[in-house]
Amino acid sequence: MKNELPKWADYGLIPLINLAIAFTVSGLVVLFVGESPIEAAKLLLRGSLGYGEGIGFTLFHATNFIFTGLAVAVAFHCGLFNIGGEGQAYIGGLGAAIVCLTLDTVTPWWITFPLAIAASALFGAAWALIPAWLQAKRGSHVVITTIMFNFIAASVMVYLLTGMLRPQGSMAPQTRTFEVGGQIPKLDFMMDWFGMDIGGAPLNLSFLVALVAAFLVWVLIWRTKFGYELRTMGTSPTAAVYAGIPPVKTVVITMLISGALAGMMALNPVMGEQARVELDFVAGAGFVGIAVALMGRSHPVGIVIAGILFGMLYQGGAELAFDMPNISRDMIIVIQGLVILFAGALEHMFRPALINFFEILSINSKSSSKGAA
Amino acid sequence: MDLIIQLLDTTVRLSVPLLLACLAGLYSERSGVFDIGLEGKMLGGAFGAAAIAATTGSAWLGLLSGIAVAVALSLIHGFASITSRGNQIVSGVAINFVAAGLTVLLGQSWFGLGGKTPQLPKTARFSPIELPFAEAMADVPVIGQIYVELISGHNILAYVAFLMVPLTWWVLFRTRFGLRLRAVGENPAAVDTAGISVVWARYRAVIICGILCGIAGTYLSIAQSAGFGRDMTAGKGFIALAALIFAKWKPVNAMFACLLFGFLEALDIRFQGVELPIIGVIPVQLMQALPYILTVILLAGFIGKAIPPKAGGIPYVKER
Repeated sequence: MKNELPKWADYGLIPLINLAIAFTVSGLVVLFVGESPIEAAKLLLRGSLGYGEGIGFTLFHATNFIFTGLAVAVAFHCGLFNIGGEGQAYIGGLGAAIVCLTLDTVTPWWITFPLAIAASALFGAAWALIPAWLQAKRGSHVVITTIMFNFIAASVMVYLLTGMLRPQGSMAPQTRTFEVGGQIPKLDFMMDWFGMDIGGAPLNLSFLVALVAAFLVWVLIWRTKFGYELRTMGTSPTAAVYAGIPPVKTVVITMLISGALAGMMALNPVMGEQARVELDFVAGAGFVGIAVALMGRSHPVGIVIAGILFGMLYQGGAELAFDMPNISRDMIIVIQGLVILFAGALEHMFRPALINFFEILSINSKSSSKGAA
Repeated sequence: MDLIIQLLDTTVRLSVPLLLACLAGLYSERSGVFDIGLEGKMLGGAFGAAAIAATTGSAWLGLLSGIAVAVALSLIHGFASITSRGNQIVSGVAINFVAAGLTVLLGQSWFGLGGKTPQLPKTARFSPIELPFAEAMADVPVIGQIYVELISGHNILAYVAFLMVPLTWWVLFRTRFGLRLRAVGENPAAVDTAGISVVWARYRAVIICGILCGIAGTYLSIAQSAGFGRDMTAGKGFIALAALIFAKWKPVNAMFACLLFGFLEALDIRFQGVELPIIGVIPVQLMQALPYILTVILLAGFIGKAIPPKAGGIPYVKER
């Protein structure tokens, strides 16, 4: 028996089926709490894509998810599961904050921003270093260590935000608001080209940075020597070692890149929206990255699409919670969980059935072509 | 003396849910099914217990429902990781999300209290049990105090948790079921060759894991507190996971690890913001992060070596 599906079915059909099931089950949940799933879907679409400000918010959320999704995907390609995006992004925010707090009154944004990109990436990568090293050298599971580092990051940031980073005389656990030098411009002018007004949506330059990052990840993984080594490592560590690929170096560098991508996610909320570091500003985006990477099949194009889809869910879900009293924002978390479940953990559920289906299909077409001959 | 006993008493109370969840993880992971969904299962159990206890007014029905919810979530995890051979980590993450979202969503839709369940009356909760002779012992110095304050006066689930430790040891290391369970986690192919079903052994382990998580959740919502609240597990499932690694997947060690982490939490509550001699004020956040830091240090190899079950995380494929 051939155990393979045509490529289009593997990359297109299976994710679509899994996604459809996840949304069907979500629909059942909506039905269960006494609302109409179709109405809910309409509200969700209208809220996320129906008007300029909605689109602005959708893309703003998508920016976060593209960064964290790329972070998870890069690690995936090397056979590593980085669930530490949450903590890496949080610490990445610290890097961005240090740059902004020292330079925001001195330099214009176009000098601060590149430095902040570098700092957030550096801090995010640093937070991934110890889990990476432990995985490479000690074989302790990167999943476990990154979970631990998420919690440690949360404690560190609460400590800093209630202490050192809090301006004197303020009670709120956050940094002071950055001056103009620490804020990045919105993309309202770009949306103007399409004749749309983004209103109060905080869509900003970091969206474009995310798209560039997605392109660079594609180059890295499929067009460089290191990308080849990384993928070999992910497919078969023993073969990689046999081929002379240094395992420790590959694992550590991959995790550093992954952590850097997660760290850069902080730019969007910290410099683009709030212009300060607030408590828990990551708000689960690190975990959404897992769903995004799974749904996007760890390919940058897929991740951008999945990131925008999740951006729609977040923005549309907020509007939904506003209009349907029985559906709170927690519905988004449920949908997210179901997507991870069906597109991730149960991705093989329909594979055998589909393989059978294609088998029958090919046998039929063969016999019919024989009949014609 | 009073202070020490108080501190230890709080330690015991706080370590009960950790211990139950930790033992739950122990069964699952020893059978080769990694489980980072302990948190979600506990949360689901806590909600199930509180919701039913609130509607029926019976703590025991609450317990049953808490267990049922957690076992159902366990079975999803089992189906994903055993039958459909999916990624066990991904499945665990999914369960955490589904539980975190559904509990609040359903709670809001059923009770309309912003995701909380109604405040439970005393009769719908598990209340402390006076052990025999507690009154007579009260006047005996030291031992009496320890007996009355520390050993007596917990609710039944707390005693269940601590009884589970020797029971788990006995099941795992002295019964045929336990031997098979451990074998399935180390070398499933050998177990399969011996004609024993790997799938069934793993499913049983996963179900036990669900039951224990359900009890842990029930303890949180209807024994320790009087109702369910949004995200009430607050990372306890992950601390239990850390404790499991810290205990090197052994039941008695698990108890000590959970007591240690519970003690850290008790210290944190008791000495929050208090100026201590020499050390000064210990930051709350340091105390909260300490279980994780200790586990990372352990994993780095400074305190012995933690070796997980060999077949952990790998789905078993019968024929290649």
